Amino acid sequence: MDSKILSMRLVLPLLLLMAVKPCFSQDSLLSMLEDSAKYGGTTFPVKGTFKAIHIVNAQTVESPAKHDLNFIIMHRFGKLNDGAYNFFGLDNASIRLGLDYGITDRLGVGIGRSSLEKTFDGYLKYRLVDQTDGQKKFPVTISVLGALNHMTLRLDTFVSAKNKTTYVTQALIARKFSSALSLQVSPTFIHFNRYPATRTSEDIFATMVGGRLKFTKRMAVTAEYHYIPSGKRDDLNIKNSLSLGFDIETGGHVFQLVFTNSGGMIESQYIGKTTGTWGDGDIFFGFNITRNFSLGKDKKKKEW
Amino acid sequence: MVFRTTNPLSQQKRYTMKKIFLSLIVVTNYAIAQSQILMTKNATISFHSHTFLENIDAVNNNVMAVIDGAKKNIAFSLLMKQFDFPRKLMQTHFNENYVESDKYPKATFSGSYTENADLTKDGSYTLNVSGKLTIHGVTKQVQIPATLNVKSGSVTGTTTFKLNPADYNIDIPFIVRDKIEKENTVKVKAEWIQKY
Repeated sequence: MDSKILSMRLVLPLLLLMAVKPCFSQDSLLSMLEDSAKYGGTTFPVKGTFKAIHIVNAQTVESPAKHDLNFIIMHRFGKLNDGAYNFFGLDNASIRLGLDYGITDRLGVGIGRSSLEKTFDGYLKYRLVDQTDGQKKFPVTISVLGALNHMTLRLDTFVSAKNKTTYVTQALIARKFSSALSLQVSPTFIHFNRYPATRTSEDIFATMVGGRLKFTKRMAVTAEYHYIPSGKRDDLNIKNSLSLGFDIETGGHVFQLVFTNSGGMIESQYIGKTTGTWGDGDIFFGFNITRNFSLGKDKKKKEW
Repeated sequence: MVFRTTNPLSQQKRYTMKKIFLSLIVVTNYAIAQSQILMTKNATISFHSHTFLENIDAVNNNVMAVIDGAKKNIAFSLLMKQFDFPRKLMQTHFNENYVESDKYPKATFSGSYTENADLTKDGSYTLNVSGKLTIHGVTKQVQIPATLNVKSGSVTGTTTFKLNPADYNIDIPFIVRDKIEKENTVKVKAEWIQKY
């Protein structure tokens, strides 16, 4: 009997509390929604860490959305210190034409052709993890990239096709700190079957640190720096690559003005073969233009 | 042991109290059932802009909607990021450049109507809903006609209205102005299931 009384004493006030629900006015109807929104709890992937596939030369964690095709024209004039005779580099130019396609929202594939050393390149990029916000938070987006650069320039001495090929493996880790600031770190491993200067196979380990700072909704400055440990750098007589960009976005286009000390636009070239430095005036001016096309049919329109 | 000394009520009295309490609970709960508050988390709001250059159709199927038939109040709340666009680049631009979803994650509506609509009986009603619509951090007083259909325990509210992004400080740059309609069409559909 005692325990029954105890339970009555505890349960009855509780039941009463439950019964006396607050009266809802117009605004508390809304706050009722807000409350259940909080408890519902949703998790969002963080989108748009970078606007384009490239920071300047380096690949970003982004790939085109499923069935989207990106066409990119990358263009670099000659070196600023070529002097007045070469119109400060503007007489010379090298170009890379590229196509990037989203097989799924996570898996991207790309092909390109650079005029520099008549090089073809292809890559596969997979986004492993999304940065998420909301109920479940994850701090970074992680992608992996495998690329192959194949040079077809005819050399004075015979070099087999195999020895003109370079392999690139890269992990890309990026975080969008705010809608304005995104930073990325990419440890990169490059294997040359034959490095032209040393005529032996070479492995280069490099790390890219780069980012984007938006200063209006549609304009941003970007920067990337590829660090190669000094031992390897001295062995191959190469320099670290530093590139700066100025992005302007208009609808499906991203237009980017570029200043860099690398003439090449693919990994084997801008990481593996950068010979000039900013201090010496080995600065290439150029631009990247990206155009996005939606190839997938618009999803069946739902009336509601 | 403790209770016996501190509780002076006889057993008979205890049972009477119990009866009173229980009947109180039954009565209050019945009153709440009469208050006709219906809620759903899966209402749909879509918006459409059709121009010669580009069509934009975005759908959000996770809209929260609540209606109080007794007080004639109605409220909606949605997360801007849950608008789904067929083109993902458009979705990114919508969130980043237009509605600034990181800064203003929600859009809400809270309003009322004066017409009589019995949510428990089958029928069709035309309501004149007026209230506050908040998008992109800007709140405007709006008046929207809506229809309410009650059929075998399901209450369906629908409406279509025009919305001018400029009214909510959503800036559309000159360069894409031809691609976006000045007045977007917004369609709303909420279905509530009446619980008996």
